[in-house]
Amino acid sequence: MQTTQTTMPWWYPLTIRLRIWAANIAGFFRDLAGHPIALVGGLVVILYVAAAVFAPQIAPHDPTKGELIRRLEPPVWAGGTMDYWLGTDAQGRDLWSRIVFGSRISLWVGFVSVAISAVVGVLLGCLAGYFRGGLDEVLSRFSDLLLAFPYLIFAIAVMAFMGPGMTNLLLALTFKGWVEFYRLARGEMLSEKTKEYVAAATAVGMGHLRIIVSEVLPNIFHSVLVLATLRLGVMIVMEASLSFLGLGIQPPTPAWGSMVSEGRDYLTTSWWVSTIPGLAILILVLAINVFGEGLRDILDPRLKIE
Amino acid sequence: MRAVKILERLLYTIPIMFGVAVLVFLFMRMTPGDPVDIMMGEAGTIAPGEMEQLRKEFHLDEPLHVQLYLFLSDVLRGDLGYSYAYKKPVMALIAEQLPATIELAFGALLFGLIIAVPIGIWSAVKQYSVVDRLSMAGAFLGVSMPAFWLGILLILIFSVKLRWLPVTGRIDYNAGLEVVTGFYVLDSILTRNTTALVSSLKHLLLPSIALGAGTAAMVARVLRSSMVEALRQDYVTLARAKGVRETWVVLKHALRNALIPTVTVVGIQVGVLLGGNMIVEQVFSWPGLGRLAVRAIFSRDFPLVQGVVMVYALTFVLANLIVDILYTYINPKITL
Repeated sequence: MQTTQTTMPWWYPLTIRLRIWAANIAGFFRDLAGHPIALVGGLVVILYVAAAVFAPQIAPHDPTKGELIRRLEPPVWAGGTMDYWLGTDAQGRDLWSRIVFGSRISLWVGFVSVAISAVVGVLLGCLAGYFRGGLDEVLSRFSDLLLAFPYLIFAIAVMAFMGPGMTNLLLALTFKGWVEFYRLARGEMLSEKTKEYVAAATAVGMGHLRIIVSEVLPNIFHSVLVLATLRLGVMIVMEASLSFLGLGIQPPTPAWGSMVSEGRDYLTTSWWVSTIPGLAILILVLAINVFGEGLRDILDPRLKIE
Repeated sequence: MRAVKILERLLYTIPIMFGVAVLVFLFMRMTPGDPVDIMMGEAGTIAPGEMEQLRKEFHLDEPLHVQLYLFLSDVLRGDLGYSYAYKKPVMALIAEQLPATIELAFGALLFGLIIAVPIGIWSAVKQYSVVDRLSMAGAFLGVSMPAFWLGILLILIFSVKLRWLPVTGRIDYNAGLEVVTGFYVLDSILTRNTTALVSSLKHLLLPSIALGAGTAAMVARVLRSSMVEALRQDYVTLARAKGVRETWVVLKHALRNALIPTVTVVGIQVGVLLGGNMIVEQVFSWPGLGRLAVRAIFSRDFPLVQGVVMVYALTFVLANLIVDILYTYINPKITL
């Protein structure tokens, strides 16, 4: 689904642009209807986002305050009560409320780290691919260097040196996260630059930055969007892994990874404390991946290199 | 010619490792607080001059570039510093734990390939069959599942409920294993100790599955789609037309070409295995590098963290090097 609006001059009547956008979006949803599994994935993600936004309204109990008298109550189907339908943890806190609030951490860290990585990576990639030269050389060598670290090890090391906390967590994830976007944008820029519309834009006297932003960027937007969706799942698992190790978000703030970790001590007696938060991660990441693959098939079949 | 290319590729890893060391050094300096303060944190009262003396000893009074130079020359000599928490050289600690980590990564890779290769081939040959759809759904699940959660599920099912397999550690204490190489499976074979062999394999099984499931899923998906692609090619049709047996067509003609993208993914997976390693070692109390690193982080033992990170990076770089070299054997057209 290659769009055409990018080859139009900027003064092209706004109404026509709007109509093309609307048609593109409508076309996208029509395509999405042809991918029922991706559609379901998308809906599940929307549910999670809604849960995160309306967490205080949805959660029946305080996620951080427990009643010790209610500790380790089983889920409703294993003999528990409807009031605490997913059971409680070792401090008597409601698992359902903690999972609902935990979605805030996972989604926030996922979206923000992907967004920062994408903006930084695409910007640098476009500049490097367009201007080449020393900038390209330096950035490409630096990205090679970052690729020498396994991602999780890198994030763990950054967290270890800087200490836990939300800001450091986002820094740790984006410090290497931009590389994928950089490589994608750089590669796309190298091939787009040789196309006629760029030559035409140069011929009519457009500035370099205008060409990058208003001519080339819209053409590589789809690939970036697809990569961003697929990276979202990775980042969420990464955050959960760091929290599992105790290097992510610190207690008592509920994060799914640390909830799984806390439940390990009660595995022999109370299986639900550890497994149910993990299930929340699995379903979200599965939904994101299913949606991402559908998105790729619709928007950018070329990325399907496998 | 190939030897020259391999040598070139080998030389390229030198600047990368140099960069890794510099980056790790800079991270170390980004740490809030003075290493001596951290070291002395739990020591209680110390003589006033002692701090200064320690600073001198660790060259913390020198300018940054001198410190970097000293650090790099130490690294080159294989001296990764001294662990505050264990009161031992970092290099010795790493050497002690490395075999456990490699054994686990190897077990996971082996598990991944044993599962993925037949599934990938079978799914491609019987595309859109029930088996294909089920395995690809399973693969999707495997890609999305956090390794630590799978590990906990496995412990819950096979250790807690069924009591078939042990929960933690590498071997039973009473197996009487004589350690030769540090790779317990290998050691039990070398010393002909069947009890130890069974025990170490039993301990290795669950962590390998937890760590290798993601790899199995990834490799199966890639192998399937590249096999589908390969089976469509003219040379496959030609081989069939010549009357070559179908099994042979699949395994020789198609698989060989489908292996190229698969090897790339296996190379990427080595990084995933090393990273996931830290997590899975934690879940199963596996006494390897990952667990060492996590402990080092919590005791703020920075020389140890720094050393482990560098060893991980080196392992990853070397693994990628091996993958690149393997490439030239699978596909002679590719130059490094």
